[in-house]
Amino acid sequence: MSEEGFLPDDFLRQIMAAGEVDILVGVRSLNNRDTIQRIISAVRVGLVKYFPRERAALVNLDGGSTDGTPDLVKSAAAPDFRTLLAADPLRTMHTLTTTYSSIRGKGDALHAILAAADLLRAKACALVDPATESITPEWMDALIRPIYREGFDFLAPVYRRYKFDGLLINHILSPMIAAAYGCEIEEPLGDQSAFSHRLAAHYLNQDAWQQDLMRFAPEIWMTATALAGDFRLCQAFLGPKLHSAKASGTALASTIQQVVGSLFSCLEMHESYWASHQGSRTAPLFGFVYDVDLPPLRVNRKRTLSKFQKGVEELTSILEPVLSQPTFRHIREVARLPEVGFPDELWVKIIYEFAGAFHRSVINRDHLLQALTPLYLGRIDSFLTENHKSGAAQVREKTKQLCAQYVSLKTYLIERWNAKA
Amino acid sequence: MADFIVKALAQTLHTFSAMVARFLPRLLALLIIVVVGWITAWLLKVILRRVLALVRFNSLFDSAGLTQLLAKAALPTPSELLARLVFWVVWLIFILFGLAALEIAALQEELSRVFLLLPQLFVALVILFVGLLIANFVSRATLLAAVNADSPSPRLISAMVRFVIITLAGTMALERVGLGRGVILVAFSAFFGAIMLGLALAFGLGGRDLARRVLERHFLEKKEEDQGISHL
Repeated sequence: MSEEGFLPDDFLRQIMAAGEVDILVGVRSLNNRDTIQRIISAVRVGLVKYFPRERAALVNLDGGSTDGTPDLVKSAAAPDFRTLLAADPLRTMHTLTTTYSSIRGKGDALHAILAAADLLRAKACALVDPATESITPEWMDALIRPIYREGFDFLAPVYRRYKFDGLLINHILSPMIAAAYGCEIEEPLGDQSAFSHRLAAHYLNQDAWQQDLMRFAPEIWMTATALAGDFRLCQAFLGPKLHSAKASGTALASTIQQVVGSLFSCLEMHESYWASHQGSRTAPLFGFVYDVDLPPLRVNRKRTLSKFQKGVEELTSILEPVLSQPTFRHIREVARLPEVGFPDELWVKIIYEFAGAFHRSVINRDHLLQALTPLYLGRIDSFLTENHKSGAAQVREKTKQLCAQYVSLKTYLIERWNAKA
Repeated sequence: MADFIVKALAQTLHTFSAMVARFLPRLLALLIIVVVGWITAWLLKVILRRVLALVRFNSLFDSAGLTQLLAKAALPTPSELLARLVFWVVWLIFILFGLAALEIAALQEELSRVFLLLPQLFVALVILFVGLLIANFVSRATLLAAVNADSPSPRLISAMVRFVIITLAGTMALERVGLGRGVILVAFSAFFGAIMLGLALAFGLGGRDLARRVLERHFLEKKEEDQGISHL
């Protein structure tokens, strides 16, 4: 098999020893000493509780942790199932561990997990992020059941977040995927997800593995590829998402460059699919949705407005060839206001014009994506100001309206995408 | 006596007419070579322009920002620039060949020097061209990084980076054609050293408070930002 080639011998031996499984759970780790043991326990308990008769394997891919994370995974003792579940496991759960090159990024880990899933003939696979502190055994059921029992091919998570959490997802990723691919998914960058064996095989056959987007945000590629391949998609409500303190460390400009760049690359990859696709539907949602009081994030808006205004002024020479004249003129007008009011339509047009400029390589692509940061801050400042006193439901309604604006302006995306240089 | 003068004049006239007779064909050859050269260069320019348009040569430089750079400097597009360069190089070579056909000893010597200088001139132009590309790319990256890091005067920082790179490329190009080799090197070293020393003194002595404020702002506000809104 072609996928065997890049897997280490030791890992292949572990796969052969495990034989075949029904369910595979992949955990990619990198210096997660504080949370990894609890996550592994939650996964094991969840599998034993909800899938007691299924053969299961837990695969840990470590990116070269220096804090002893792989040792903690190997030495993690099986939880006392009798105390937790008043039952004993019926099957042996295999634990497979190996390493991946953190230089080549997340894509390398995902590739190994998919290859392992293929070799182990796993019918359903789930990916779990050890930086998410709120994982419970119930998440295993929520992630795997729609794939294993209901015949869906891809499952994206739905979290309950604080109203101002995940702004980049709400303002760019989710609505743009809805507009382009015609499917509304709340978390297209889901660090928890699940997929079928059929989709795993489809992923392995793609040519994207050596591309840059696989290093930074393969989750977007997974979602987009599943949509472009007309696979059956669904969502599962997982409850509140709490990040570990280490999770947020990347600068905003780099985050935008990586995540938005990956999204635009996916659009290039699937152009023939989305250019002819009309309308948008919501992916079915599994799970009991409930509201929960979440600890508020302290919002620091002191510098967002000044960064936006300064960015528009200083980056004129870069923004002018990227944006259309009316859009740039409108941005300058907005930047002159004492309190930014960033209309939805203007924001959507900016993103579509950036997508078009990315496609045509108007300027170096990394520079182009970095130039989006001040504009994003302007939009965020406006959104935070407008919704300062709004409740979580009202904020969700606003993001839905933004998503509808993205969908209604799709022809503008196509126009900008196909514009002559 | 009169006979002698007439003979001398006749001799001079004869020599002059012989010289003219010898020179005229060479002059004619020069004119023909120059005209043929112009036609050849013009044809090459037209063909090259079409070929470059067909292969979308300009789009190769769009992403690197070269087209914008040239437009800003009121220069034509990269394909037009290359076509014009080829025209002038080819025509210049024909002109030099034509001048060589005149067979003037002093001119021959100068021409051979020019011919020897041509490859060096070409390399110098390439160095300058690459230098401009790098300067444009790095200065834009600096501008973006400075804006996103909220640094003071991003355009000034970017312009300084650009100036230093272009100066370095210019120095290398001039050195390549052998113009004031030592002088340029010494001038550049002194100039660069002075800038660095000036910056060190300005920041170390005059800007201690500013340095402290910048560092405080960088670290303290970064911490604040980490505690702020979550984007993903």
